[in-house]
Amino acid sequence: MSASGVPRHWRSMRERYRLLGTYCENCNSTFFPPRKICPRCRRRGRTKQVEFSGRGRVFSYTVINVGSETFEEYTPYVVGLVELEEGPRVMSQIVECKPEDVRIGMEVEACFRKLFEQKDGGIISYGFKFRPVDNSWADYYKKLSAERRAEAAESTK
Amino acid sequence: MPLRREVAIISAGATQFGEHWDKGLKDLVWEVGVKAVEEAGISGRDIEYIVFGNMSGGMFEGQEHVGALVADFLGLNPIPATRVEAACASGGVAFFHGYMAVASGMYDLVVVGGVEKMTDVEPGRATEILSAAMDYEWEAYFGTTFPGVYALMARRYMHEYGLKPETLAKVAVKNHYHGSLNPLAHFRNRITEEDVLSSPIVADPLRRNDCCPVSDGAACLILAPLDVARKYTDTPIVVKAVAQASDTLSLLERRDICTLDATVNAARRAFARAKLERGDVDLVEVHDCFTIAEILALEDLGFCAKGEAYKLYEEGQTYVGGKIPVNTDGGLKAGGHAVGATGVKQIVEIVRQLRGEAEGGRQVDGAEVGLAHNVGGSGATAVVTLLSRR
Repeated sequence: MSASGVPRHWRSMRERYRLLGTYCENCNSTFFPPRKICPRCRRRGRTKQVEFSGRGRVFSYTVINVGSETFEEYTPYVVGLVELEEGPRVMSQIVECKPEDVRIGMEVEACFRKLFEQKDGGIISYGFKFRPVDNSWADYYKKLSAERRAEAAESTK
Repeated sequence: MPLRREVAIISAGATQFGEHWDKGLKDLVWEVGVKAVEEAGISGRDIEYIVFGNMSGGMFEGQEHVGALVADFLGLNPIPATRVEAACASGGVAFFHGYMAVASGMYDLVVVGGVEKMTDVEPGRATEILSAAMDYEWEAYFGTTFPGVYALMARRYMHEYGLKPETLAKVAVKNHYHGSLNPLAHFRNRITEEDVLSSPIVADPLRRNDCCPVSDGAACLILAPLDVARKYTDTPIVVKAVAQASDTLSLLERRDICTLDATVNAARRAFARAKLERGDVDLVEVHDCFTIAEILALEDLGFCAKGEAYKLYEEGQTYVGGKIPVNTDGGLKAGGHAVGATGVKQIVEIVRQLRGEAEGGRQVDGAEVGLAHNVGGSGATAVVTLLSRR
């Protein structure tokens, strides 16, 4: 990743920030990654951009312990294959939960997060990640942040 | 499409696979190329075309233009030389193209090789380079690694078919056993299921011993028309069929992530063209970049039904002497995976087996027909080759 300059990251920014895919009006199919040509209808296809709701379910997942150069510092992290409610699947990190609590079928929603930071003051890249929609997770994080605040207060005494 | 003529392999060889600190890309090409030409008993001048598989000389070594490099450093200028890239299937696709060159009648003597020099970069960098075999923008960019993609397949497969980590471990144990019999294998140590199940997790549920190593290595074949092949060797190996198929670059849009449709399609066409049945095959070399990949391969090639490959492992049928010996050279797991060379090295092993020349106690008795299966990326390319002793 370190080899690519600004335009490379900028080119796919819209799709990466807003989770945009492709819809073909000819066959009513929805695709991700974005495509210029419908692989089913080819020249008869009429493709247009579509924004996904961001809601879906975990189709499969893995905990990455050994990352590539760019992601080495973030391990361990969870990568999931998420099946969106519109049908297509996306690959993305699952955050705001403990790796051991991720399950196939778990309901998740897209959120906007930092993906990685290039070393030596390079680009900071953002895009979608997914988090569980179950409220118990929000409660868990509220509790966690309350504990952290208490710890911080304790340490500054 | 009717073929103009049948094709045979008249020479086959590979380097030791492993960490060759003392050898670069050119040394590996030189070692394997000279061996192949000597074995065929031909002069370099008789060669008409060279095609070499190489995934990423550019990123591993800062060296592109590998076709010209091969011709130049084998002293074979001005013979035309082409480098073929299809990620981990570069070798298999190079074979497909070399085969077409002879079958079509365009050239008589063609060199098909593969080479990769991988260990000059740090492990994190190697992981990054290999992740270029997937969709860069929509997979690797989000932190997915190559083992990560196969881990996603493994997890889903476990969910759908109840596969146990113990079965995956059996794949690695078997491949290390075969590797221990092969003097050219990267790893020659035998391991136990416990060794696999206690090795560190790379991408859950895959552990270090579920993953093939990063290797340096090269392999080389010489192809000739079957009707003149006996001029060069007493044991020409007949190429019964080669078929290549494509599928989506990313795992995202696959019909089923527990099946490699490219393998299914390539196998179907190869068996139809060769007029052979699965039962005719005496041994297979499959693309076991991860243990789960070997399980998927046996099912997708049609040797058992989906979800049932585990039985072959529980019964020990994939060992030499079993019903269907798989990866008798140790496969990618123990034999090593020098990505651009792997597809060619698999064919080298089948050739040795069909000639009855496999050493170390790994010879499959009376082997007549062998199959090689090479995959690129997470299954965007697959090549299936059927070879026969007659």
